[in-house]
Amino acid sequence: MTVSLFIPCFVDLLYPKVGISIVQILERLGHKIDFAEELNCCGQPAFNSGYWDEARELAAPVVKRLKNAEAVVIASGSCGAMLKVFYPQLFAGTELETDAKKLSSKCFEFSDFLVTKLGVTDLGAKFPAKVTFHDGCHGLRELGIKRSPRALLEKVQGLQLVEMKEEICCGFGGTFAAKFPMISTAMGDVKCAQAAETGADYIISNDSSCLMHIQGLLEKQGKKLKTIHLAEVLTSR
Amino acid sequence: MTAPVQQFKRQAEVLTHDLRHREIIQTALGKYAVVRDKNRGAFQDYQSARQAAAETKWEAINHLDKHLEQLVSKLEARGTKVHWASTGDQAREIIQKILREKKARSIIKSKAMTSEEIHLNHALEEEGFEVVESDLGEFIVQLKKETPYHIVFPAMHLTRGEIRDLFNKELAANATDNPEELTMVARRVMRQKYITADIGFTGANFAIAETGMISITENEGNARLTAALPKTMITLVGIEKVLPRLEDLALFLPMLATSGTGQPLTCYNTMYSGPRQPGEPDGPEEWHVVLLDNRRSELLADPEQRDALHCIRCGACLNVCPIFRNVGGHTYGTTYSGPIGSVITPHLRGLDEWKHLSYSSSLCGACTETCPVKIDLAHHLLQNRRNSVQKKSSPAWKLGFELMNFVFKRPGFYEFVAPLGRAAQKLHPMIAGKAFDPAFPWTKTRSAPKIAKQTFKEWWRERG
Amino acid sequence: MSEREKILGRIRDALVVKAPFPGNHGHDSRGGSSVVPPSSRAGEWLPRVDDSPDGQLAAFATNCVDLKADFFLLNSADEVKAQLQKLAAADGWKKIATHSGVLTDSIVPSLNLTTLRADAGYDVHEMESCDAGITECDALIAQTGSVLVTNRSCGGRALSVLPPHHVVLARRDQLLRDLPAAFQLLKRKYAGNYPSMISFVTGPSRTGDIERILVLGAHGPKRLTIFVF
Repeated sequence: MTVSLFIPCFVDLLYPKVGISIVQILERLGHKIDFAEELNCCGQPAFNSGYWDEARELAAPVVKRLKNAEAVVIASGSCGAMLKVFYPQLFAGTELETDAKKLSSKCFEFSDFLVTKLGVTDLGAKFPAKVTFHDGCHGLRELGIKRSPRALLEKVQGLQLVEMKEEICCGFGGTFAAKFPMISTAMGDVKCAQAAETGADYIISNDSSCLMHIQGLLEKQGKKLKTIHLAEVLTSR
Repeated sequence: MTAPVQQFKRQAEVLTHDLRHREIIQTALGKYAVVRDKNRGAFQDYQSARQAAAETKWEAINHLDKHLEQLVSKLEARGTKVHWASTGDQAREIIQKILREKKARSIIKSKAMTSEEIHLNHALEEEGFEVVESDLGEFIVQLKKETPYHIVFPAMHLTRGEIRDLFNKELAANATDNPEELTMVARRVMRQKYITADIGFTGANFAIAETGMISITENEGNARLTAALPKTMITLVGIEKVLPRLEDLALFLPMLATSGTGQPLTCYNTMYSGPRQPGEPDGPEEWHVVLLDNRRSELLADPEQRDALHCIRCGACLNVCPIFRNVGGHTYGTTYSGPIGSVITPHLRGLDEWKHLSYSSSLCGACTETCPVKIDLAHHLLQNRRNSVQKKSSPAWKLGFELMNFVFKRPGFYEFVAPLGRAAQKLHPMIAGKAFDPAFPWTKTRSAPKIAKQTFKEWWRERG
Repeated sequence: MSEREKILGRIRDALVVKAPFPGNHGHDSRGGSSVVPPSSRAGEWLPRVDDSPDGQLAAFATNCVDLKADFFLLNSADEVKAQLQKLAAADGWKKIATHSGVLTDSIVPSLNLTTLRADAGYDVHEMESCDAGITECDALIAQTGSVLVTNRSCGGRALSVLPPHHVVLARRDQLLRDLPAAFQLLKRKYAGNYPSMISFVTGPSRTGDIERILVLGAHGPKRLTIFVF
């Protein structure tokens, strides 16, 4: 299968290893990568801030470029929700409405693509550590992804998963983190405390944007707990 | 910045650092979550029940005119006096007029968020009436001269020690901090009030169109007594409270209970269809039902967000909301707080002044997930944001997004982001976390992420 | 124009544009009012209740334990009288309130206590000073442990909520399976002429308003005792 890959700006600039791991995994499984190199952003920051015209400016090239893809894999649950759930709303009543819906049906968050589309769970990874998993809210509630990342983690050798007591937001929320930093930080503290309670060494997530916020808090507070993206765990040997 | 947003940010700054507040709220809501999950889990099919509840409210609201007319004709047929109020002012005037006509002096109230919405107590007290809230939580916040902290748990932010101090000061109760003892203090105070009050005032949880009934859900029995003993009863009802049929309650009473307090069913669920009828031994001689619009019809006119009128005021969305849990109920400065408050307040009180509540959300969607009538809460926050920008955009944010678009749409420019970023980051540590750092809102509490030595695109191009 | 006309006018104007049907992402699959009410299948979704009468009695008993209500399943009116006398003696009742009814008339007089008849009209202070309010009920609900009372069948609005102890006398055949069955009963029994107050009483009065800690007897009865025979 030819898999079209959408890499959002923050993965490209800050967390390239996530993208590299995804490429390695998909290629190892025998798939051809079609990387949409000219795309940098799904338009979510503008969309979430209410600037839908500006969001459409960035989103339109994404729709046009990817609408005929065989499958689109997105390296973040949040951007995935943007393409899959919010594009049809964003383009409702415009000439791109049909294309947006067409694209929507082909979009997959990375872990969900492996498990539900490809039926793969065991990637031969080894990660001997106690970990906990943070569900990015967009992946969890907009896309309904809960089982897939866990199915993948179950097959990682040496990995021990301890769940946190709640499915609760880490407090990132895009521009929210800068507009209401005190609330965002308090939410992050609650999240980090719940993660620490599990006794885990790592917080794993399928969303780098959440991890950027969580890691930022942990580092600033000098905590030992570390963060790592699911894709990187799955390429660990 | 307008006043409500400043007030919100100021109080949020205080509350998010108040670890004692955080602990109180987390403990209380932790208890709630355990029973809620247990009792939702006891349903044979909770999700189907939820869908049916959503459809029933859809039917009620999308034929609201028909249902209201049916409700009113049934109520009037049994001697109930029905009043219509377009605004809060009108509702207050109607109620004050009844009180004057009855030469009333004292009013015993059971819990009614609609009365908070129209600031009724204040208006009545100004006019010299004695107003007593009978719900324990409401009684506590009334004594404390506060507004309810939460639409279902009005005093959840207070500890038993604080309530003891309050009762000892205001009621000379000489009580310990034992919750049972404190509850009995309130019980004793209130008993005489029910008997001597001229007016019993209630809210409503549901209004049944088919049979002309007002359904009131409670645990304490205070509403039962309020509707039994005083000679005149007044009930204030938002027009959105209608349900089409009596048997819809078989679904809605347990749905409200499991979402509201976590219980399978609250202690008293009571349907009133008139004042005391011939042959009945007690009950009010007169019953006035005041139907309140107060801009609900404006929300109704927005089909995209009309489902916000499905709300049964259970408070479930507040309880799961991480923003509510960290800033607390009073910070909102609104009658209805939490996600539902953030969605409807711009409609009820103006988008310009209240749009910040829609922005103060990480859009995590926990509210939408828990809502027993499937209100699309998180998406409505997005729509409020869009509507506010359409009305009046911020030049700075607009310019920011335009710049971002300019760069992101041009690979030639985007290529410079990484090297420029790396250069900037070399200098950034000197100012990071300081007040004049442009990234201060981030770096005050979080370390800044680093631009990678090799970006993904650089890696991709390199491997060819 | 009256406020009524203004409000209804605004509502009708607003409803010209249809709203998306819930859970259907904007695709309105239905026109006007539904033929089959969405809540009509509530019985299939609400908590499961055993089909057998014994199972339903057991469920009611379990619910009473959870609700902190006292439930006595007895075999005859005489057994009820005996239990009731025991209760009255143990709690030192001096004065009780009740109403006339088949069960109350045959059982309550055996207590030989000063008795206030609520349905004959009463003084509220006197009822407030009663040790117990003894009523019949319209039904018991296995699913929730509820007692269904109305002001017409159970001595008015205050009797079941003003005295500190509410005692219910009921027959076994009054036990209903679930809430939908209770609403069917109400319609069958009262349609066209409903009592002005109908109440589902589910356990003794309670509050959790202080630190979410359960306290019984907030404003209504601290105790609820249900005798079934």
